Amino acid sequence: MTNTGLVDYLPILLMFLLAAGFVGVTMVVTHWLGPKRKTKVKLQSFECGIESKGNARQAFPIKYFLVAILFVLFDVEVIFMYPWAVNFKEFGIPGFIEMIVFIGLLLVGFFYIIKKKALEWED
Amino acid sequence: MSEVLTFKLILVFSIFGVTLLIAMYSTYLERKVAAFIQDRVGPDRAGPFGLLQPLADGVKMFMKEEIIPNVSNKFLFIVGPCVAMLTAIMAGVVIPWGGTLTINGTQYNLQIADLNIGILYIFGVVSIGVYGIMIGGWASNNKFSLLGAIRASAQMISYELAMGLSIIALIMITGTLSLQEIAAQQGGGVGSDWNMWNIVYQPIGFMIFIICAFAECNRMPFDLPETETELVGGYHTEYSSMKLGFYLFAEYINMFTSSAVMATLYFGGYNIPFINDLGLDPNVATILGTVFFFMKIGFFIFFFMWIRWTLPRFRYDQLMNLGWKILIPLAIANVAVTGLVMILMD
Repeated sequence: MTNTGLVDYLPILLMFLLAAGFVGVTMVVTHWLGPKRKTKVKLQSFECGIESKGNARQAFPIKYFLVAILFVLFDVEVIFMYPWAVNFKEFGIPGFIEMIVFIGLLLVGFFYIIKKKALEWED
Repeated sequence: MSEVLTFKLILVFSIFGVTLLIAMYSTYLERKVAAFIQDRVGPDRAGPFGLLQPLADGVKMFMKEEIIPNVSNKFLFIVGPCVAMLTAIMAGVVIPWGGTLTINGTQYNLQIADLNIGILYIFGVVSIGVYGIMIGGWASNNKFSLLGAIRASAQMISYELAMGLSIIALIMITGTLSLQEIAAQQGGGVGSDWNMWNIVYQPIGFMIFIICAFAECNRMPFDLPETETELVGGYHTEYSSMKLGFYLFAEYINMFTSSAVMATLYFGGYNIPFINDLGLDPNVATILGTVFFFMKIGFFIFFFMWIRWTLPRFRYDQLMNLGWKILIPLAIANVAVTGLVMILMD
């Protein structure tokens, strides 16, 4: 594996500056160019033509939140597997067995959330 | 050092330009492919064969009135599309666009940044892309936008898991996270340096990866965040002018980047089989390789469009079931089987 110094990240910074500049300039330019004929009705939020009722920021189903929490849990486990995968050839059989145990535990948790119906979308 | 820096600057500008150009012409290609599949003509008024259509669309986006709804959070409303666009552009930084060019005895890599954690970098940047959609949808303060944004974020994080798992099996084979090394490992021709493309070793991993790539880009058949028939436009319902343009553009840039990643990881990147046996000048071979790489990317972009105009949309519970209950166990099984086969082969 090659060593990566901080200098390798410099082009990323260049790209970021270029992209940010492009995005910023475009935003300002379109703000100037476009016509400005604002009316009260035009500035209302869209609701298929009828008058908009209430605020959109209200409760939404807990399932989406559950998915987010489960994502955090599982994504951390997945990231754990990356360094192992890079060094898989050096680890050999012991490393493989250890990872099978780890995946087994992961699957137990996975089985649990499925049995708990955390991923059921029909009511 | 300064020469390297100049080269990097040129590369940064040209990649930036090429990315935007390809994203622009993807919109044209999409409409032409749609027209072809539906037995229509498609855009043909602006320029020969309608080739100037993307320009006309771009100018239109610039000249439109920008509307920021009264009830929205103004600052976040502007930040949303900017984040989406920025992350879309930034994700392509670590992709190796070609081999090495030799100019005046100095070797230059056709890659903006050769990070040894290239794959992780892409995952990181793509994850930030979720914020662009979520911020925009929430800031709009519109029920359709909020629903679209929540759907989008739940969908994208779910498929990110399967995507991350599907790549692990590939990393076990390659033993590196650097995209440059993964591409180089797939090079060579007949003889001692013969190497197969990774697709041969990882067909199931590739299948999972491409499905997840479709979901990450919010493309058909996974475009639930913007279902026109039920959510009007999803998270970008309230957007107009270039802010809408940024969201649409970001989607096409994401498509381009994920096509490039797929071509690099599974289809040999910039390598042309047997190119080393032709005895070409190294610089010519490098340029040919880059052209070939863009042909592969073009094919994948076409594939994205082909699927879009062929398959109907999933239902949300089907989408979630596919992501969690089929792709994740399949990806884990793929990791286990790959490991077992590699141990047995030793």
